[in-house]
Amino acid sequence: MTTQNAPESMYRSREGLGVWEHRGKVAAVGIGHSPTARRWDGRPETSVGANSILALRRAIADAGVSPDQVDGLVVVPVTTTGAHWPADTPVPTDVVNAYNPTEDPLDGIGQLSAEWLIKNMPELTNVKFTMYAPGCMSAAIVVAAQAVGDGLTNTCLVLKGWHNLEGRYNHGGASAVETLAGSAALGPGRTLWGPPGCFGTALQFAEYCRKYGKNHDMMAPFMQNSRRNGLLFPEGYWAQHRPEDLTPEDYLNARWIAKPANLFDNDIPIMVSAAYLFTTADRAQDMAQKPVYILGHASSRGSARSLTPTLQEVEDETDSTGRKIFEAAGITAADLSFENMYDGFAEFHHLHVEGLGYRGMKRGDALDFYQTDITIEGPNPILPSGGNIGGGRSRFWMHTDCMQQIQGRAGARSVTGVKPEIAVSGGPMPMGGNFTVWSSTPG
Amino acid sequence: MVKQGVDPDPLTQPFWEAANARRLVIQNCTFCDRLQHPPAPVCGQCRSGDNLEWKPMSGRGTIYNYCVVYDCPIRSLQEDQPFNLAVIMLDEDQDIQMYSHLPGTPVDDVPVGAAVQVVFEATANGQLVPEWQVAG
Repeated sequence: MTTQNAPESMYRSREGLGVWEHRGKVAAVGIGHSPTARRWDGRPETSVGANSILALRRAIADAGVSPDQVDGLVVVPVTTTGAHWPADTPVPTDVVNAYNPTEDPLDGIGQLSAEWLIKNMPELTNVKFTMYAPGCMSAAIVVAAQAVGDGLTNTCLVLKGWHNLEGRYNHGGASAVETLAGSAALGPGRTLWGPPGCFGTALQFAEYCRKYGKNHDMMAPFMQNSRRNGLLFPEGYWAQHRPEDLTPEDYLNARWIAKPANLFDNDIPIMVSAAYLFTTADRAQDMAQKPVYILGHASSRGSARSLTPTLQEVEDETDSTGRKIFEAAGITAADLSFENMYDGFAEFHHLHVEGLGYRGMKRGDALDFYQTDITIEGPNPILPSGGNIGGGRSRFWMHTDCMQQIQGRAGARSVTGVKPEIAVSGGPMPMGGNFTVWSSTPG
Repeated sequence: MVKQGVDPDPLTQPFWEAANARRLVIQNCTFCDRLQHPPAPVCGQCRSGDNLEWKPMSGRGTIYNYCVVYDCPIRSLQEDQPFNLAVIMLDEDQDIQMYSHLPGTPVDDVPVGAAVQVVFEATANGQLVPEWQVAG
């Protein structure tokens, strides 16, 4: 079976498409996660392939289906957090040989193909539909939702895995060479001038602060709240390995990376995999967990005119994304019980939230909103998942949280100031991402 | 600060040749009458590569925005941390940006909105690269 990238037609990236044609007819049921780790320790049983198999098996078991009932698999094939297998380092044969390999020896170590997964999960005897969703879990979710709605698959697994190797994030490769190719020297991206990964977001944040009269200190309540929520997420990295609160003082005293972005404004790269099981709303009634219905999905495909997006470009794009989300789901911002928009970089979460008009927010309001009660106990929860800041870089905690909150199994992290009925999650970047609206009812 | 060397490739060779002659040129689509930077094989608007030229610029611009870099991924720049990293808007089209370390401007004392003038600096392998200094 040859697996193709999802065609652009599966993404709803334009305004004016109307309510999603499968509104309320697709549901998420099963959830599975692997354990987290800061980096791969080199053992076969902790590789991204092993973690992903574990997550998939847990999602199947959680949904209460038998593996032979699964007929679809949507995978994000790229698994890197920024580190790539060094070209001059032999691939560890003990890890390769611990599994049924494909032609690429890095499969299951530094990437994931659908072929590798099926070869190593012999219980998946009935998979007839496979598809790649490049990017992150947010993309895989909308592709799987669309595929189930379109009838391409009935019981579909959705997977994202991450590998994190030794070495500092993005410090190898082009960053370490003496001479750059002319195009790479000019960008976009790393360039001769050496912008860190958070540079573009930090620029937008600096302009935001100048435009609206805000400052970096105003991020502290959001950061504290995100870590608190993350520590209530037992599947997350900080909860599992570093159960430390983040006080405003900790945050404000952290070293700068690209001022005005400090260490904590960047998420921490980790090893982790997650899988979900999607099916039709009808089929979901017979499964083990309460269905979480998908009301709609939307995608953003913004592009900067030049090297880095301006604040105006980001505000325009996130405004459009908000309109697309609500149009697809047939709801308004007032219908949202809570939001779980992406946060990994912390300094753009407010741009997503303002784009939604969450709780009536307008441009320039979000950092003031952060100074109010944004906890899970209050009426205006912000990022109850804790996001990447609270759980490490998975880009899927916010999706898991939406499902768990609506299913009533978010445990100590459960929102109590609102009834969890409709929620939105997605990302990653304000200029490009994929977004899903989840609901306790088909609508 | 000495930046990494540059090995011009076919797409960007005219840019780097002009820089070595201390001239700033930017890619322009004559059909759309639209500048674009960084260079690309096709115009970002009409998607054609048939009408791309390299257009001389005045070398004048404005500081749009900046950060101070404390943790740079590029090994050869790390000894100069912290340093300014600004975004310059060209006078010919303020939507066209170029990066600058703003040589001569104290760290984190950047006059956003100030006028700047292009200068040319040698990189590690001698290739000249456009940089920007506060004018006047």
